[in-house]
Amino acid sequence: MTSLTAGPSTTRRRVSTIVWRVLTYLALVLIMAPAAWLLIGVLGRAWSHWRWSVLWTQLTPTGGGLRDQILGTLILMVGVFIIAGTIGVLAGIHLAEFTRAHRASGRLSGPLRTASDILSGFPSIVLGYVGYVALVVGLHWGFSLLSALIILSIMVIPYIAKTTENSLRQVPTGYREGAEALGMSAGYGLRKVVLKSALPGIVTGLLLALAIACGETAPLIYTAGFSNTLPHSLTHAQFPYLTYVVFQFYNDPSVQKHYLSYDAALILVVIVLLLLVSSRIVVSRTQRHSESSRGKQGRIFGRFRQDPSRAPEAVPNAGDLPLA
Amino acid sequence: MASVGGAAGRVPATPHAESVGKPPAPRRVADFLRRNEEHAWRGTAWIAVVLPLAALAFAVSVLAVKAWPAIRVNGWYFLYGRTWTDGIGAYGATVHTDGVAHLQGAKFGAWAIIWGTVVSSLIAIVIAVPLSIGAAFALTERLPSWISRPLGFTIEILAGIPSVVIGLWGILTFGPWLAKNVYPAIADHMPNVPILKYFRNPVGGGEGLLSAGIVLALMIVPIIASTTRDLFQQVPPLPKEGASALGMTDWEVASKVTLPWVRSGIIGATVLGLGRALGETIAVAMIGGAILHIPPTVYLPFTTVAATILTQLDGALTDGTGFAVATLAELALVLAVISVGVNLLARLIINRTGRVGAPVGGA
Repeated sequence: MTSLTAGPSTTRRRVSTIVWRVLTYLALVLIMAPAAWLLIGVLGRAWSHWRWSVLWTQLTPTGGGLRDQILGTLILMVGVFIIAGTIGVLAGIHLAEFTRAHRASGRLSGPLRTASDILSGFPSIVLGYVGYVALVVGLHWGFSLLSALIILSIMVIPYIAKTTENSLRQVPTGYREGAEALGMSAGYGLRKVVLKSALPGIVTGLLLALAIACGETAPLIYTAGFSNTLPHSLTHAQFPYLTYVVFQFYNDPSVQKHYLSYDAALILVVIVLLLLVSSRIVVSRTQRHSESSRGKQGRIFGRFRQDPSRAPEAVPNAGDLPLA
Repeated sequence: MASVGGAAGRVPATPHAESVGKPPAPRRVADFLRRNEEHAWRGTAWIAVVLPLAALAFAVSVLAVKAWPAIRVNGWYFLYGRTWTDGIGAYGATVHTDGVAHLQGAKFGAWAIIWGTVVSSLIAIVIAVPLSIGAAFALTERLPSWISRPLGFTIEILAGIPSVVIGLWGILTFGPWLAKNVYPAIADHMPNVPILKYFRNPVGGGEGLLSAGIVLALMIVPIIASTTRDLFQQVPPLPKEGASALGMTDWEVASKVTLPWVRSGIIGATVLGLGRALGETIAVAMIGGAILHIPPTVYLPFTTVAATILTQLDGALTDGTGFAVATLAELALVLAVISVGVNLLARLIINRTGRVGAPVGGA
């Protein structure tokens, strides 16, 4: 007994625990402090000279506002939402519903998923360069909205596909079996039951993809160019957007342009915050109302302990439980 | 489920459909639609998967075709050479090598660029991984949820902040602050021995390799930290509680139960973060200084592949022979190969070490 209670390493173990706790908190602080500093810094830099007319006046060579750049960014987001949203969600459906898991290992493999992963890790500047070579120069579209939209969409499609796939996989098997038992055809069941309960996850993925799209700069410089005002055509006209303002105006000789750069940064952060908060709202609302959207597994175990009678429904397959 | 779908399609959707007795013709149409809805889903979904992949294949082939003349002329020198002169502005004559036109005196060796890319990303990883794991532990294991939730959300915000905004903050606020308050303290006390001597003076003005590495770390922390946090939450409580009950300390539970349980996931997230750092363009172009050499100390300006592609295009377009643009394509190809390689490595690691939960009683 003595060796258990008063072993020679007790002090060392006690110290190691304290050191470990301190280090984890230190790591958290070292991440949070710059993050908070960044957000406050962006706000502070823009706030000291903020004027609301930035939102509705046009950019001029000497100053003015950012109306057309804001609209341009919003148009890019809508375009990406339509193009990449459609293709990405459908691709996610394919990966989740129509691709079989490897039977022996249960591992998800296959050339399609590998290629999709590669595309999601593909550097955006390289895609931008390809867009420049193939669309801007090759197809003679010039710097334009259309080239920018296509390149941005290709960039975020794998992301949307991935989040769609993941949220489809979280739909309990019981839902599919129930749909089938009620005699629904596979397609109808997919639309009415599976997709419906995966919708919050899909919407969250879409919103986050929009946040990525509105913050991109490098590929846009190569495909959209930049202009002070909104053009009237899809091709052959350079297109305005906010990130370029941040990137180029901060070291412009004119102080007015510095201010515009800080303003553009603030507006971008506000757009991203709105998207993130709305994705949060989507998640929390559906978690309150629906049973299907158990996000993390930790929550399943939590529920399992609180209310054992509901466990069989809440757990997708019992093999995941360590004690099943 | 999908295999049964075909048969189920022929069954009327609900008992109602028969008992109510709709007129036959519309029901045939409805039946047809119902039977083929799955085919429609499958068809469009297949197109949606193949389309972006075709775009990927197209992108790689465009790069390869565009870069081919540069690959032939630059040869292996491109990968190890230390001289990068485009010959523009020297009013050099156009000369031909192997039938490829380029400006006289153009010599492209990208070693410094590739070096900068790899080293800045490694600095980012070295900083980001321990911070992320520590923070994820604090968030999931120690802090109550009313405080860990808003903190977790802050990390998500950090992930969503556009890189150009982070770059702006880095170059105007953070970099100068580091150069004024942190770097001198390090530089003044570094001994003149190999490796550490790169941390000696001069410290510069905050635009440079170390600043870029730190900011890159800040950008990939959300990727690694949020994945790690999710993984920790997936570790079932019973093994951890069992370990505690056996008398293990916090540190022992973490290092002997939790971390081994999610090891492969963390490695995968790390490599994904590495991929992001390698391909990051705007922030590095702003903070790194975009100077084409290997910096004498870690505090001084450098460049990466992505930043070079961004900053050199305008200049390259003035090369009438088009050789400078072809060389940029070669550079883009190098970056694509590196990042695809890193991505495949991540998959390999994850596949070899198994899925989450493999070490103890996994399915």
